[in-house]
Amino acid sequence: MKSCLIVDDSKVIRMVAKKILQELNFETEEAEDGQGALDLCRDRLPTAVLLDWNMPVMSGIEFLRELRALPGGDAPVVVFCTTENDIEHIQEAIEAGANEYIMKPFDSEILQAKFSQVGLIDD
Amino acid sequence: MKPDDFDYVSRLLKERSGLVLTRDKAYLLESRLMPLARKRGLKGLDDLLALVRKRDAAVEKLVVEAMTTNESFFFRDNKPFDQFRSIVLPNLLKARASRKSFRIWSAACSSGQEPYSLAMILKEEGAKLAGWRIEIVGTDLSSEILQKARNGAYSQFEVQRGMPMALLVKYFKKKEENWVIDPSIASMVTFKEWNLLGDLRALGQFDVVFCRNVLIYFDQPTKSKVLHSISQVMADDAVLYLGGAETVLGISDHFKPVPGQRGIYAATKGTGPSLGAPTT
Repeated sequence: MKSCLIVDDSKVIRMVAKKILQELNFETEEAEDGQGALDLCRDRLPTAVLLDWNMPVMSGIEFLRELRALPGGDAPVVVFCTTENDIEHIQEAIEAGANEYIMKPFDSEILQAKFSQVGLIDD
Repeated sequence: MKPDDFDYVSRLLKERSGLVLTRDKAYLLESRLMPLARKRGLKGLDDLLALVRKRDAAVEKLVVEAMTTNESFFFRDNKPFDQFRSIVLPNLLKARASRKSFRIWSAACSSGQEPYSLAMILKEEGAKLAGWRIEIVGTDLSSEILQKARNGAYSQFEVQRGMPMALLVKYFKKKEENWVIDPSIASMVTFKEWNLLGDLRALGQFDVVFCRNVLIYFDQPTKSKVLHSISQVMADDAVLYLGGAETVLGISDHFKPVPGQRGIYAATKGTGPSLGAPTT
């Protein structure tokens, strides 16, 4: 089963994402900041990561750079999901190795479209 | 709404746009036309329909446009665009190598996402297309929606449905709340107001036609008629794209499915494109 790690400091967002992802047949795990996510990834790499940008302790972009430096860390498909919606942030995300980018607010349709674009789900 | 009014409007829609509005879709009249009524300072649907029945041409046009405008996404369904990139385009480059030009038509293009998606694909091909003259024509019967297409400004919601982020940062600029398409892409597409029910021949001849998710709104005779008109503006080896829920089978003799390529149809009058598919 495909797994997706949901990283967001908002419990509500994690719940919404979890519901959508479970409908798409993903096994989900959650972390409320980059550090928590990194600890989980060191233990076991997920198929995908849905990643917020601004979080306490460790931000999404810092997490992504750390993740990509882990052994096998280039494998997980990372989709940002953040309120940051300017070109500069998207560019920075691409350079750090993000696979896709969702600008909040998002809904199930956007998440599905993005996940299918990066090949995580079939059309 | 009076049943009589419903019949009148559905007849008007059928005549002008081919759209078949059945009674179970009567709620659509309400949801699509109420904003229009309000914009014109009218109390409600009945007042608006009264104007339609007085044959107010401007109102008739707005009603038809409001009822026929449909959602559009960039790279809708992905697959047809992948097919275009990996199969149709390489084939076209071979078939048109001596002429170095081809024309693509996006029929009922709504707010322009489909022709712009094709333009981005072509742009991404870069050097391969140097020296080629490529024309992309987008048509729709709604002048209002074409204005939006020409403006090339899309909401955050619209650019997220289907557009890869790499293309977003490359070909769009953020302007206040909207994302505006780059002039280098916008200039590749020509938009024209055109009714699919009318004579299409003045549009010229096309090598690829996208007419996706349009026929589903028509009844059988209208589908046949439109497919016939489209076949008249296609080169012998041109291809036609239909939507996932659409087919030519039992509707038109002018087209046949291209084996192995879902959603793509070839003209029966020609030899058909090779497209790397079995030619038996």
